[in-house]
Amino acid sequence: MEFFIAILASILSDSAPIIFASLGETLNERGGVINLSVEGTMLLSAMAGFAVAFTTESLVLGFLAAMIVGAIVASLVAFGSITLKRDQVAVGFILTLVAGDLSSFLGVPFVRVPGPQIESLPIPFLRDIPFIGPVFFERDIITYLSFALIIGMWLWFYKTQPGLQLRGIGERPEASFARGGNVKLMRYIYILLGGALIGFAGAAFSLHVKLGWSHRATAGFGWIALAIVIFGGWDPLKVAFGAYLFGALRASATTLQSSGLEVPVQVFPLLPFPLMILTLVIFNSRGLDRVLNYLPLGARRALTRLLRSNPPAALGTHFEQE
Amino acid sequence: MRVELKNIHKHFGAVHANNDVTLTVEGGSIHGLLGENGAGKSTLMKVLSGYIHADGGEISLDGKKLKRFNSPADALRHGVGMLHQDPLDFPPMTLLDNFILGCDASLLQPRARAEKEFRELCQQFNFDLDTNAFVSDLTVGERQQLEIIRLLWLGARTLILDEPTTGISAPQKIKLFATLRQLAADGKSVIFVSHKLEDVEDLCHRVTVLRRGQMAGEAKSPFVTERLVQMMFGQQLNIGKRPNVELGAPVIEFDHLTLKDDRLTVPDISLSVRMGEVLALAGLEGSGQQLFLQACAGLLPPSAGQLRLNGIDLTRKPYENFLRAGIAYMPADRMKEGLVPGLSIEEHIVLAKRGKKDALIDWTRTRQTATAQITDFNIKGIPTTRVEALSGGNQQRTLLALLPPDLKLLALEHPTRGLDIESTLYIWGKLLERRKQGAAIIFASADLDEVLQYSDRILVFFGGRVIETVRSSETSVEQLGYLIGGKKQ
Repeated sequence: MEFFIAILASILSDSAPIIFASLGETLNERGGVINLSVEGTMLLSAMAGFAVAFTTESLVLGFLAAMIVGAIVASLVAFGSITLKRDQVAVGFILTLVAGDLSSFLGVPFVRVPGPQIESLPIPFLRDIPFIGPVFFERDIITYLSFALIIGMWLWFYKTQPGLQLRGIGERPEASFARGGNVKLMRYIYILLGGALIGFAGAAFSLHVKLGWSHRATAGFGWIALAIVIFGGWDPLKVAFGAYLFGALRASATTLQSSGLEVPVQVFPLLPFPLMILTLVIFNSRGLDRVLNYLPLGARRALTRLLRSNPPAALGTHFEQE
Repeated sequence: MRVELKNIHKHFGAVHANNDVTLTVEGGSIHGLLGENGAGKSTLMKVLSGYIHADGGEISLDGKKLKRFNSPADALRHGVGMLHQDPLDFPPMTLLDNFILGCDASLLQPRARAEKEFRELCQQFNFDLDTNAFVSDLTVGERQQLEIIRLLWLGARTLILDEPTTGISAPQKIKLFATLRQLAADGKSVIFVSHKLEDVEDLCHRVTVLRRGQMAGEAKSPFVTERLVQMMFGQQLNIGKRPNVELGAPVIEFDHLTLKDDRLTVPDISLSVRMGEVLALAGLEGSGQQLFLQACAGLLPPSAGQLRLNGIDLTRKPYENFLRAGIAYMPADRMKEGLVPGLSIEEHIVLAKRGKKDALIDWTRTRQTATAQITDFNIKGIPTTRVEALSGGNQQRTLLALLPPDLKLLALEHPTRGLDIESTLYIWGKLLERRKQGAAIIFASADLDEVLQYSDRILVFFGGRVIETVRSSETSVEQLGYLIGGKKQ
C-alpha cells in the first residue's frame, strides 16, 4: 500500500509540467490557433526560469520569467498567424527550432549547476485523510496549482460565458463575430495566456521535476504535450487524464525495470503512443457510431460527449472580417 | 418595427453594388426582396444587418435615424437580426450552448433561465427542439428554427432571412412560412430575400425587386408573375418547353440492385433508362437518391443485383470502367467534390482530359480549348481564372464544360441548386442538347418544378425505398409533394 501511494503521488507531481503545457496548448487550440512551438518554448523557459531563479535566488521570479518567455514566444506565433496571416504550423515549427537552439546557446553557463528547487508543502488536515491525503495533499505548490488549473479550465470552458465564447471562436469565428465577439483580440489574449502556461511548464521542469538545466532537458515532452491535446479531444479533463496516463506508463516502466521483468525497458516509454493511436482510431470510427445508436438517447449523448474528440473546426485557419 | 433604408449606395471597387436603393418595410409585414444572383440583395441586407457600411444613405428604425451599425451585434442590439442561408451556428455544440452564446451575460452562463425561455419560445412557435441535442444532428430547417428563436430571444424585432427555402424540405418550408406569418401578426417585420418567385408570391405582402444594384420596381400582393419576372430580368424569359425526343435503346439497366451505406439501405431496384430519356430522382434529402447516383457512376458498388451499361455487365467493376463506358457524375458540392480550388479553368481542362495523356502539357492548345469552352458555355472568366473566384452558376457551367463530348449517361446531383433562373435555364439547355445526342440523364433535385419540367420519368424515394415511379406528364407538384412525404394517395 505504501508503495502504491508513493507511485501514485510521484505520477501526480511528475506530471505537473505536462499538465501545464498540454492545458496551455488546449487553450491556444480552442481559440483556433495551433502553437507548435511548445517544445522550444518549454526548453527556453526552463532555461530562463532556472537562470533567473538561480541568479536572484527567488523561485517566484524564476517562474515569472519563464511565463514571460512563454508569452513572448506565443506573441510571435500570434503576430505571425493572426496579424500577418502566415501558416500557423510553419511559424510554430520555426519558433520551436529557434527557441530550442537559443536555450542551448544561452544556457551554457547554467549547465548542471545545482540550483534552487520547490519544497514540498503538505496541506494540514487534508493530509490526514486516509489514502487521499498522502496521495494528493502531501505534495508541493506546483502540483496543487496543476490540480487547480485542470478544474479551473474545465469550469471556464463549460460554465462561464467567456469560456463559451472561446469555444465559439475556435469553432466558427464568423459566427462568433456575428454574435458580438472580437475574434482577433480574444485569440491574442488566449494565445498569450496559453503561452505563459507553457512557459510555466518549462520552469516546472527545471525547478521541480528534473532539477537543474542541461542541453535539451525537456527531452521531447513538448511534442508529447501536443499529442496529449489531441488524445484528450481538446477537453481539459480528458487532456489531464491523458497526461496522467502518460505519466503512469512512464512510472510503470521505471518500476518494472527495477523489479527485473524480462521485457526490454524501452517498451514502456513507447507504450503511450500506440495506445493513443488506438484510442483515436476507436473513438473516431464508424463502428462506435453504430454501437452508440443502439443506446437510449440520454446515454448516447452522454457517451458521445465523453468519447468524441473533434478538433475545433476553425483550428489553423485565418479569420477575415468583412 | 418599421425599417427604412434611404438612398443606400455601396461600391466594391468599380462595381456599384447598391445604387440609390430605398426600401421601406412596415411593421407587421413580410417584405420580399427579389432579384437574380448579383442583383445587390445581399449587399443591401449586409448594410442593414451591420456587416458592411454603406458609402452613402441612411437607415431609420421606427422613424429614428441612424448613421450606420458598427457590427452585426450592434444591429441586433437595435433589433435587426439576420438569418443566414447557412445558419451561423456551432455544429458540435448543444442547442442550449448555441442559444446562450452571444447573449449579454458577463461571467456565468444563464443556463437555467435560458432553458426555460427556450422552451417557451419553442412552444410559442410549435418547434420541436431539444436543448440537449447537438446542432450537428439537426436538419437545416431545424437550425433555422433555432436561429429564429435565438434572434427573437435577443430582442430582434426585424428578421432578415437570406434564401431560407434553399435546402429545407417541403413540410419544413410550410412550418417556416407559418412562423413568419405569426411573427408579422405580432407586429414584427420580416424581410425575405429570395430569387424564388413562387416563395415570394406565396408569402410576402410587398416585394421590392433589385436589378444590377438598382431598384427595378415594387409590387403589392397579389402579384402578377410576368410582371415580377420582367422586373427581375428586364425582359420576359422564355421558359422553353422540353422538345420531344425519340427514346432509343436502353443505356443503363438495373436488375434487383441493392445499395447500402452505414445509414441506409436501398433495396431491390429494377429498371432501365433509355437513350434520350431524363429520369428524375425526387425525395427528401438523404432518402437514397445519392446512393443511387453514386451506384450509377460506379462510385458505390452494389451489395446485390446487377448493373449493365449498353448490355455490358459493370457490377462491382472499378470506376475506371464506368468512365470508359461513358458515364459522368456531377456531385452536388461543386467546390468540394467537383472542382479543385486553387486551380484555374485551363488547368481543370488539362486534369479532366480523358484517354492517353502526354507527359508535357501543351499550354497553347489548352488555352485555345479553354477559350473556346468559356465562350461556348458563357462562363464569366478567362482561362487563368481560379475556379473559386467564379460565381456558383459559372462554376456549374465550368463543370459542364469539363464533361467529355460523347457521354452515354449523365448522373447529376442537384444540378442547379443555388443558381439563379438564368443560369438554371442555360444549364438545362446544355443538358438537353446532350440528350438530343442520345445521352440519358439521371438527376436528383429538391426542386419539384424542375423535376416535373425536365424529366420523362420520376422515381420517388422515401426512407431508402423507391415508393413510386411516375411519368412526369401524369403527375403534379401536389402529388409529388405527398409521395415525397411518404403518403400514397
